This record gives sequence, structure tokens and C-alpha cells, in this order.
Amino acid sequence: MGAIIIFLQNAIRQGICILFGANGEILTEKSGNLNLGVPGMMYMGGIAGLAAAFMYERAVETPNAVVGMLLSLAAALAAGALGGLVFSVLTISLRANQNVTGLALTTFGVGLGNFFGGSLSKLAGGVGQISTAVTASAYRTKLPLLSGIPVVGDVLFSYGLLTYLAVAVSIVLSWYLNRTRQGLCLRAVGENPATADAAGINVSLYKYVSTLVGGAICGLGGLYFVMEYSGGTWTNNGFGDRGWLAVALVIFARWRPLNAIWGSLLFGALYILYLYIPGLDRSAQEIFKMLPYVVTIVVLILTSLRKKKEDQPPESLGLHYFREDR
Amino acid sequence: MAKGNHGVREPLFHISKRQESSLWLAIVVRLVAILLALIVCGVVIVALTGLNPVQVYAAIIDGAVGSSRRLWVTIRDTLALLLVAVAITPAFKMRFWNIGGEGQVLIGATATAAVMINLGEKLPAPALFALMIGASLLAGMIWGVIPALFKAGWNTNETLFTLMMNYVAMQIVSFCIVFWENPVGSNSVGIINSSSKAGWLPPLFGLTYGWNLVIVVAVTAFIYVYLRYSKQGYEIAYVGQSVNTARYAGINVKHVIVRTMAISGALCGLAGFILVSGAGHTISTTLAGGRGFTAIVVAWLSKLNTFTMMIVSFLLTFMAKGAIQIASQFSLNENASEIITGILLFFVLGCEFFINYRVEFRHRRREG
Repeated sequence: MGAIIIFLQNAIRQGICILFGANGEILTEKSGNLNLGVPGMMYMGGIAGLAAAFMYERAVETPNAVVGMLLSLAAALAAGALGGLVFSVLTISLRANQNVTGLALTTFGVGLGNFFGGSLSKLAGGVGQISTAVTASAYRTKLPLLSGIPVVGDVLFSYGLLTYLAVAVSIVLSWYLNRTRQGLCLRAVGENPATADAAGINVSLYKYVSTLVGGAICGLGGLYFVMEYSGGTWTNNGFGDRGWLAVALVIFARWRPLNAIWGSLLFGALYILYLYIPGLDRSAQEIFKMLPYVVTIVVLILTSLRKKKEDQPPESLGLHYFREDR
Repeated sequence: MAKGNHGVREPLFHISKRQESSLWLAIVVRLVAILLALIVCGVVIVALTGLNPVQVYAAIIDGAVGSSRRLWVTIRDTLALLLVAVAITPAFKMRFWNIGGEGQVLIGATATAAVMINLGEKLPAPALFALMIGASLLAGMIWGVIPALFKAGWNTNETLFTLMMNYVAMQIVSFCIVFWENPVGSNSVGIINSSSKAGWLPPLFGLTYGWNLVIVVAVTAFIYVYLRYSKQGYEIAYVGQSVNTARYAGINVKHVIVRTMAISGALCGLAGFILVSGAGHTISTTLAGGRGFTAIVVAWLSKLNTFTMMIVSFLLTFMAKGAIQIASQFSLNENASEIITGILLFFVLGCEFFINYRVEFRHRRREG
């Protein structure tokens, strides 16, 4: 029983940063922008949040956890949105290719994260390992009372604020996309921008806003990783391939934020499953680590085989829209 | 905006497609973009580190081409990047977004390493090299053909499929490392056949990387001719332009997709061979080092022109090598190179717009 609870907790911890990335990318892709810069934006959000908390904790004698939390949250959102902005300016206004721009953004963002992560302490005067323990402790504070319930409390209520925020973002996003007028307009832009344009929808505005907000949400994924998961420290490339897993989760969830919630749990579980299966030798573990990607490939194939209309990517995903080009 | 009250408001600027593209304009705009990127990078470096940017750029040049050894390392890495870029070009020309170059390189490298480790000291050199090259080509080909079959048959999204294949390949490498690790427990393969040097590409004409040069130049020339002058190259261009037109013209589109990806994947596999046999003599999950992704940018920026690719690959490798030098010289982190590369790419990607489109501001338009 105890092992199962720990397994579930760890699966959720692994899943949440993927969930943030997937939510951000779903919003972005719904506008027809295929932003492959997700890993980059996640790194940018993570390092910005960490740097903000680090600067704050060094500048003040007795740092206040809540202030540090708000500052790092704002920094992560801003950095993620900045990544989205670079992508938007290049692809929407300057009409650059989306795939190439996204990959360039990933190169840039990952480099930025590792550069500052590695150099931050040196630039600040050689304090060794960066640690923002005070701020991280705020992120790691569990829900009071509820987390005390045995089993249920451990599985459902033993996480920090960002975990619940991730689930909330999924729910809000789902409501926004499916139940609001603006969500309908956004989907129209992603499916067929020419028709949306003819209906009087400001295509560029919708694309800009959703890509920026999507980037900001991706940034939170990075923040979650450095604060709640790693406890306010940085390891170069420690973030690993979670950014690409987020892109995979978008496909797995078939562009629905609510599916992404349980999808992230599944991905998180697959990601760490090898640690919990007894009797696996190292080589078998490596094979097990393949699972999230193989599952994504299978889902990708199945959705293309079944050709169900509601499971397809947005019709104009990855394509430019220029009114004059028609 | 008082004019808004009259109902018709003239936009601040007006964008129109340029009718004819001038070579001079294209060159000038790109040079300006690179210059601007270098200025922005300089500003960023100064803001971050307080170093003198001129010193930093001097360090970049020193790091990339400062000594004959450094120059050759830069050339070696340029060749590897160029080979991957050339390899993915046929697929790109077909508008098949193969972002799985990374995985195809890795799997080719794994096949090469497998032959080197298991047969390296048992076979005579010519047979060994033939087998290594054959294995790398075949492995890369299989890795490229799998997504292509699904794309051809069921229109499965190839961007995401090939992306996922990268990580499957990476895990296969980790899997193999468990068996090949040397010394045991190090979780790395070490230098393969370090004493016998079996399966290492020998120097050619006294050049350490002579064979690399010959192979990459040969493949580059082959792809150039293949795409431009062969019937198959014509078919690829046709499918890339419009699948429906190609079908109408009697081209078997599915066949072309699979065939092209087989070539593309096989050549990526060959790049894996070069990286193992001709450069590092080892294998790890980071062997491809993002080349599969960078190569896409190289191919795109070069507009799939194989000769422009040489310049672009050199430029990017140059910056990367230079940044490593800055890192060690000013005790910074070597990821500075990725930041510089990223900024450079943003500018160069953005500048294409000004080559293809004309921006006219409000007052100018009224005069005309």
C-alpha cells in the first residue's frame, strides 16, 4: 500500500510539469500555431523564476516566502510569454516558418536556462550551488488539514500550490475553448483562418494572445520543476526531455485539456514505472523508459487510422495565414 | 486617430509581396541581419558579464580557427552538421517535416558501434568498413522509413512521429551502453578499440579528417545532382509543390514518400557512422548533439541549396566553437553558444520577410 501511494505521488509530480507544457501548447496549437519551442519556453520560465527568487533572497535580510513566490511566479510567466512573443513576432508578423522558428526557440531557451543556471552563482560572486530554499518551501507547502487525511490526503492533497494550479488551468482552458464565444473564435482561427477572417475575427490578435498566454503557461511548467520538484535548485539539463513529452501529451490528449490531466498522470507513471517493477536489470529499465514515446506513437497512429473528425489536429496547424495569399 | 471617425482608416503600413527578388537585396538584408544579431549578442554579453564585447568576439574567432587543431575540429563538426543537413534535404524538398534526424543519426551510430565492438578485431579493414557503412545506412533507413510508411498510408503526422522516434532511438543507445560499457560500471562506452584502432577511419592524404571530407563532399555532390537533374528529384519537387498535382501527373506519391525518406534516413545513418568512426570513436545518447535539429535550421535557411548549406553550417559551427572558447576563457558556462546561435537564428529567420515582402508606410503610399 505504502509503495503504491509513493508511486502515485511520484507519478503526479512527474506529470505536472508535462501537464503545464501540454496546456500551454494546446492553447497555442488551437490558434493554428505549432510552437516546437515548448522545451525552450519551459527552461526560460524555470530559470527566470529561479533567478527572481535567488536575487530576492540575496537582496533581503529575512526573505518573505510569499513575496519570493509571487516574484518568481511573475518572472516565470513573463519569461514564458517572452518566448511566445518571439515566436509570434517571427511567425505571425514576419511570416517565418513555424517548425524552424520553434526549434530555434528551443535551442535559445535551453541554452539560456543552462547558461544562467550554471553561471548565476558565479555572476553573483561565487556562492556555490544556487539555493532558494525559502521560496521553494512556500511552493512545497502542502494543503493544511486535508493533507492530514490518511491515504486520500497523501495521494490527493500532499502537493504544493502549482500542482492544483495545473489542474485548474486545464479545467479553465477546457471551459474557455468549448464554452465561450472567444474560445469558439479561437478554434475557428485554428481550423480555418480565412473563414474566421471573413467572419470578422481578428486572426492575428487571436494568434498572438493565445501563443503568448500559452508560452506563459509553459513557463509555469519550468517553474514547477525548479521549485516544487527540485526544491529551488538547478541542475544543467536536469529538466531532460520533459518539454518534448509535453508536445507528445498534446497529441495523446487529442487537443483536449481535460484529457491532458489524466494523460499527464499516465505519462508520469510511465516515466518512472521502471523504478517500481521488481527484478528489472539496467538494460530492461532502459527499455521501459521508452514507454511514454512508444505510447504516443501508437496514439498518433491510431488517431490517424480512425480518422475521427473530433480527434484531429486543428486543420491549419503549422500553416501560415496571409490574407493576400489566397 | 481622428480619421477613424470617417469610417475608412488607412493602415499605418501596407505589406505587399515583392514581384521580383533581387540577389543583391537578399545578400544585403541577410548581412544586415547577421550584423544586427552580432550587435544584440554583444549587448547581451556585456549586460550579463560586463566583458568587453570586442574581446569576446576575438575569443570566438580564436576558439574557432585560432590554431590548426581548432580549425580542424571546426571543419570536422561543420562536415558532420553539413552531412545531416544534406541528408534531410530530400525529405524537406518533399515537404516532409523530418525532425527525426537526431534519432536516425543515433541509430546509424549505434549500428556502426555494434559492428566495431563485435567484429572490429575479427575482420580485415575493408570488409569491416563496408559492413559498418552498410549497417549504418540500413539502420538509418529503417528509422526513416517507419514514419514514412504511416505518412504514406494513413497521413500520420510526420513531424510528431519522427520527433518521438528520436527518443526511442536514444533509449536504444542507453540500452546498448549497458552491454558495451567499458570499464564496467562507468555507464559509458569509452573509446572503442582504443588500442587496435580497428574501425577508425584512417587519415587520408595526411589529413586526420580526410575521409570525412571525402565522404561528406561526395554525398553533398550526389544530393545536389540527384535533386536537380534526376527524374526522382523532379518527382520529389513535384510532390513538395502539390500532392494533388503530382498524383494527377501520374506520380505514385506514396512510393515517392517512402523512397525519399529511405534515402534521407540512410544518409542520416551515414552521419552516425562518420561521428563514431571518423570523429569520436565512442557512442553516447548525446552523440548527435542536437545536430538533427540544427540541420533543419541549416537546410531551411539555405533554401535547400546544398552550397549555401556549407556556408550556414560553417557559420553555426564557428559560433558554437567560439562560444566554448569564451566559456573557458572567461570562466562562463558553455551554453552561451546556444544563446548566441538562438539570437542569430531569430534574426536570420526574421529577415527573410524583408526579402520577400515590401513594407510601405502610410505617407509614402499616398505619394505614389
